Amino acid sequence: MSDKVIIAKDLTRKFGNFVAVDAVSFEVSKGEIFGFLGANGAGKTTAMRMLCGLLAPTSGAASVAGFDIASQTEMVKKHIGYMSQKFSMYGDLTVKENFLFYGGVYGLKRKVILERLDMMLGLLQLREATNSLVDSLPLGWKQKLSFSLATLHQPGIIFLDEPTGGVDPIARRQFWDLIYEAANDGVTIFVTTHYMDEAEYCDRVSIMVDGKIEALDSPENLRKQFNAESMDAVFQELARGTSTK
Amino acid sequence: MKPAISIQKLNKSYKDEQALKNISFDVEQGELFGLIGPDGAGKSTLFRILTTLLLADNGEAEVMGLDVVDDFRNIRNRIGYMPGRFSLYQDLTVEENLDFFATIFGTTIEANYDLIKDIYVQLEPFKDRPAGKLSGGMKQKLALCCALIHKPEVLFLDEPTTGVDPVSRKEFWQMLKRLKQQGIAILVSTPYMDEAALCDRIALIQKGEILSIASPESINDSFHGTLVAMKSHRMYELLKALRIHPKVESCYAFGEYLNATLVEGVTDWKPIEQDMRDKGFDDLVAHDATVGIENVFMQLLSKTEA
Repeated sequence: MSDKVIIAKDLTRKFGNFVAVDAVSFEVSKGEIFGFLGANGAGKTTAMRMLCGLLAPTSGAASVAGFDIASQTEMVKKHIGYMSQKFSMYGDLTVKENFLFYGGVYGLKRKVILERLDMMLGLLQLREATNSLVDSLPLGWKQKLSFSLATLHQPGIIFLDEPTGGVDPIARRQFWDLIYEAANDGVTIFVTTHYMDEAEYCDRVSIMVDGKIEALDSPENLRKQFNAESMDAVFQELARGTSTK
Repeated sequence: MKPAISIQKLNKSYKDEQALKNISFDVEQGELFGLIGPDGAGKSTLFRILTTLLLADNGEAEVMGLDVVDDFRNIRNRIGYMPGRFSLYQDLTVEENLDFFATIFGTTIEANYDLIKDIYVQLEPFKDRPAGKLSGGMKQKLALCCALIHKPEVLFLDEPTTGVDPVSRKEFWQMLKRLKQQGIAILVSTPYMDEAALCDRIALIQKGEILSIASPESINDSFHGTLVAMKSHRMYELLKALRIHPKVESCYAFGEYLNATLVEGVTDWKPIEQDMRDKGFDDLVAHDATVGIENVFMQLLSKTEA
């Protein structure tokens, strides 16, 4: 497998006459933190669903972890982790039950799941939560646990869809510590966010406008390229076009 | 002139969890008041009590001088409420939703069109689209129109911009400013600290308690200690190195820079800068940091947790 763990080439998805994702091409390297930004309705979710093997492209191609997203969807799913803000764990199951359930889905042995659960909760200093119902936990804890759950089967790539929405500013930064740690260990992170300060924490950032990637570079270079003080200013400059749609 | 909203020692518990602890504050007429805090802080509970949808355990609250318990019917006619969860009819079109809410309040879209015109013109191209098929930013605009269509005197907006992209968020706040200029009092909650700067006054809320109430300008003055901004190309390593430095109280990422708060009594950060250079951060950039509302909030949070 090459150093590029995500390769998209002219990736396109149409819904009827509407082109949601329009010939998008990019590559993401192993261990990179890749920020995937765009206004609501710009096509981020559609692109992400294709990369996760959940939606077939209309044309173009992409490989994730070395597998084709159209013809090898099951292999893609096996090699990626996914976490969204909206749904990640079953609230009426305990933390341990959630891990056993997800681990089971991925075909992991009970013994392995329990070992990893113990290790992960130890690192997060959340061992006390093992037998708590997920619904009873603070949102900041839930999000850290969801992240661990998404890494339970040790995927090489993790897709994070607005993982930090609504949590307090400290919990939000603690969550980014987890992202940095994972990237340090060689895990590739593909993340969407509406917090522009978080865009600065990415190695590279792409900005989608009306289904196309209009900018792709490191935050520093993007700021230079658009002569902007912050990523927020870059985003406002680029994404304004979509706001009236 | 009576305040638009008056809250006195309000308490609310769910089973053994205290959602609101002795909350008191006023929102003046024509004021844009921000309630800033993370998920689970008690913001939605407070909104439900003020909009007469939930009873407090004890304490008192008035909206336009009307008691939220005794005068709930009157209050409902005079306020607009946009709940945190999108609660319009997904299978009705944009226009049908608006018409529905106007009819319920015994008015018409035409009668109060002036109030929503600025917002509605952006929705008009999609007026025949089902509300469920709108993008996030458009949903928020429609929900705001529906909350405004009966010309309320007080507007309650519970996290109207959560999950909305930065461009749509900015537009949304410009609309709020225009509504405020028309004399409508607005209580708005948000988890985005950068939006706080646009309010007349803000209350920081965490775990059911108000930590501070002030104008956005003066709240930054309440920050204690020295704050320094640093950056390097090896950000995460720098973050870890600063966190274990004996003169650093706490250190967090703030966009392009790290912000380090120095331990009490330390004001000179030059020695810390030197220590970092000695550790091999050759490209280090360091300067005094400008305190922002997020810094203040984080300091208040760590104090309440300590």
